[in-house]
Amino acid sequence: MSRLTLRVNGEDRVIDLGDPDTPLLYVLRDDLQLHGPKFGCGLGQCGACMVIVNGAAVRSCVVPAAAMAGKEITTLEGLGSPERPHPVQAAFIAEAAAQCGYCTNGMIMASTALLQRNPHPQEQEVRDELAANLCRCGSHVRVLAAVMRAAREG
Amino acid sequence: MSFSRRNLLQGVAGLVVAFALHEQAQGSPARLAADSVDGYLAIAPDGSVTVYAGKVDLGTGARAALRQIVAEELDIAPDAIGLVEGDTGLTPDQGSTGGSTGITVGAAQIRLAAATARAALLDLAAQRFGVPVPQLSISGPAIRTQGNRSIGFGELIGGQTFGLPVDKSAPVKNPANYAIVGKSLPRPDLPAKLTGRHIYVQDHRVAGMVHARVIRPPSIGARLLDVDAASIAAVPNARIVRLKDFIAVVAPREWDAVRAMRALNVHWSDTATLDGSGALYDTIRHTPVLREEVLRVTQDPAPLASDGLRLLQAAYHWPIQSHASMGPSCAVADIRDDGGTVWTASQNTHRSRQTFARLLGLDPARLRLVYMDGSGSYGSNGNDDAAFEAALLSREIGAPVRVQWMRADEHGWDPKGPPQLLDMRGAIDANGDIAMWETTAMLPANTSRTGPPLLGAIAAGLDTGEGMSSGLTSLNADPPYDLPHMRATISWLKATPLRTSNLRAPGKVGNVFAVESFFDELAAAAAADPLEYRLRRLSDPRGREVLNRTAERMSWVPHTKSPDHSAAMLRGRGIAYAHYKQSETYVGMGMEVEIERASGKIRVTRVVCAHDCGMMINPDAVRAQVEGSILQTISRTLFEEVTFDHAGVTSTDWGTYPILTFPDVPRLDIVLIDRRLERPWGVGEAATAPVAAALGNAVFDATGVRLRQAPFTSARVKAALVTAS
Repeated sequence: MSRLTLRVNGEDRVIDLGDPDTPLLYVLRDDLQLHGPKFGCGLGQCGACMVIVNGAAVRSCVVPAAAMAGKEITTLEGLGSPERPHPVQAAFIAEAAAQCGYCTNGMIMASTALLQRNPHPQEQEVRDELAANLCRCGSHVRVLAAVMRAAREG
Repeated sequence: MSFSRRNLLQGVAGLVVAFALHEQAQGSPARLAADSVDGYLAIAPDGSVTVYAGKVDLGTGARAALRQIVAEELDIAPDAIGLVEGDTGLTPDQGSTGGSTGITVGAAQIRLAAATARAALLDLAAQRFGVPVPQLSISGPAIRTQGNRSIGFGELIGGQTFGLPVDKSAPVKNPANYAIVGKSLPRPDLPAKLTGRHIYVQDHRVAGMVHARVIRPPSIGARLLDVDAASIAAVPNARIVRLKDFIAVVAPREWDAVRAMRALNVHWSDTATLDGSGALYDTIRHTPVLREEVLRVTQDPAPLASDGLRLLQAAYHWPIQSHASMGPSCAVADIRDDGGTVWTASQNTHRSRQTFARLLGLDPARLRLVYMDGSGSYGSNGNDDAAFEAALLSREIGAPVRVQWMRADEHGWDPKGPPQLLDMRGAIDANGDIAMWETTAMLPANTSRTGPPLLGAIAAGLDTGEGMSSGLTSLNADPPYDLPHMRATISWLKATPLRTSNLRAPGKVGNVFAVESFFDELAAAAAADPLEYRLRRLSDPRGREVLNRTAERMSWVPHTKSPDHSAAMLRGRGIAYAHYKQSETYVGMGMEVEIERASGKIRVTRVVCAHDCGMMINPDAVRAQVEGSILQTISRTLFEEVTFDHAGVTSTDWGTYPILTFPDVPRLDIVLIDRRLERPWGVGEAATAPVAAALGNAVFDATGVRLRQAPFTSARVKAALVTAS
């Protein structure tokens, strides 16, 4: 068992890491009880597990937690709360851009990272950015509307 | 009117729940009865109202709609209403959440319970004030006299039960006076879901819980021959649990359970007996028929030898598909001694409680299934399987167990939407009218009354019952038009290659694909405009309206000359119609498509849908369901096909089972027809039904090529284009 310090949502968190290859997702969900990132595939295919690491959206199911030391990790919880949502979260709420909401973590994290580096994307750029974020319920048009709203109202 | 005063409740709403649990533990059914007001409603001493619903919100917005319905009848604020869903210890058995019955059946019962409660509250207040009921009004959770005296719900009955049966003739509010129903109130669950605060079943943890992963055999039905326990010795605290051919690993840390699953060395027998998905439709044609059922017949089809009749026939193919939920199924169970609790996203908690209790040898009264939100499910996915596996494992090891399926479990082992093969025959007379229509649909028989057999129970050698289950798959195999010589027959098949269940709009998606595509074939053979040809045979005014509104929004005009099918980028439009279950929601569906000739790649550029479900409880929730129905079914039509070899499913991830992605999402143009005085029908399924046909009809318009087999993959379309040219 080795000690690992991760900086998550602005705080240093110390974790007793079991297996050195433990993916970040398992540390976030099981050790830190952060439920924003979801287990969807464990293969880096669907995006449900996304977190923002040093400004970039990362699939936490396929990156080892040990490689994340010293980096700024932000989860869905770290963006905002029901009372004080992040502008992207507020836009998703305003557009009711989720059905079951299981994939929406990834949609919000990926589009937040996009808007940080490109505050006013064309809709096609949003589509391309989210091409590997899967949604099964069919909330896509609302997700696009929410990201465009966030870009407008940011 | 007498009220039962013995069931004195205490304190606030939370304690109502506790009390109900206490009652349940003592075996008192009063609070769970599906025919009693107390089954559905409780009023706490502070006047707050809690609703108990057997049907659940699967991301559909039912959670908002149900509150609106109760709020409307009781004249209280919807956001003040507490709601408990799908908890077998607290809610009445209203049947499975499926078949578009959440609002039409579930909410209708609750509305009557609320109306009965309203009448009872008014009677109580009338007695209290000594004034007749007509002089009373409800405002907030309180009743007022004309003289402005008032008494709160809590003071009238708070903490006590009504002790009344649901009155089927209780005075309900006139829909013309609705102030809350019909408004697009926001879904109450979204702020927490979109900020990571909502607790899904996947997030649920209980003290002392261990994590489990179930080991699947390399081929369906394989026997477990030998397990090498030493193979997981390096994984801390991991252990093996085995019951016959059911084998799982458990560990305190979740990642260790995953590692143990991967490391465990198991020897299985080889039972590769399937014919493979490449031979699926041959397999279906050679499967024995259990029975033939005439779904609907008008007059027997006219003799085909008649002069001047032109006969057309075609076979339509719908593949096996997966629920493909974004989150693999998950459940937590804590089974001790003779009872316990299972937390699950099951759409059938009451049914599964009975099944689980029987299989585990428990008294159903001591087993509680608690619904928690999961990843979206569109029928019975793996949720009931995972829940049973968790219960089985918890009973075996005497500790709470969380079972989380992996991606390959979900894609590989969820019960599948069944394959469909439909033989269509039709004849056109000299005037171009339809002289005869015959559908013969080959569908797996629905021989199980308790849902799909449970994977874990099969493997553990428990008697999980015989039979197959896939829902009401025969409906809409008959055309929704006035055809004098029409017969639709179902050949119910004795077997099907993979375990099946009800997958969104079971059967209707494939049936309407066949019926509405073939109708287009007849229109083309008659050189008629597809829209006009439909309207010619459609008398139902609501049906005509959805078709006309769809066409209007598409600026539909009949072609005046044959379309050019030679371009590199081909464009076309198609239309289709469905009257869901031939009795419920009306849907007109129009599609505009582009097909790249070189690759065969189809892009749907625009969808127009006119939708009439009668009254809309929450129009934005309706719109979301229609959007989801359309996009998910475009995905099923263009991309989705479960593949399998002789041993089992080979499409076990998102690479081998692709679904619709953002670049392929079309513009949606949805017309919701508001009929607030008509009864409300379901909205979670109807708009799926005409999608595939509208898409195929658009492809035909663009290319002159008729697609009769889903999915319309680029490879398949390219091959069809090459063959045609």
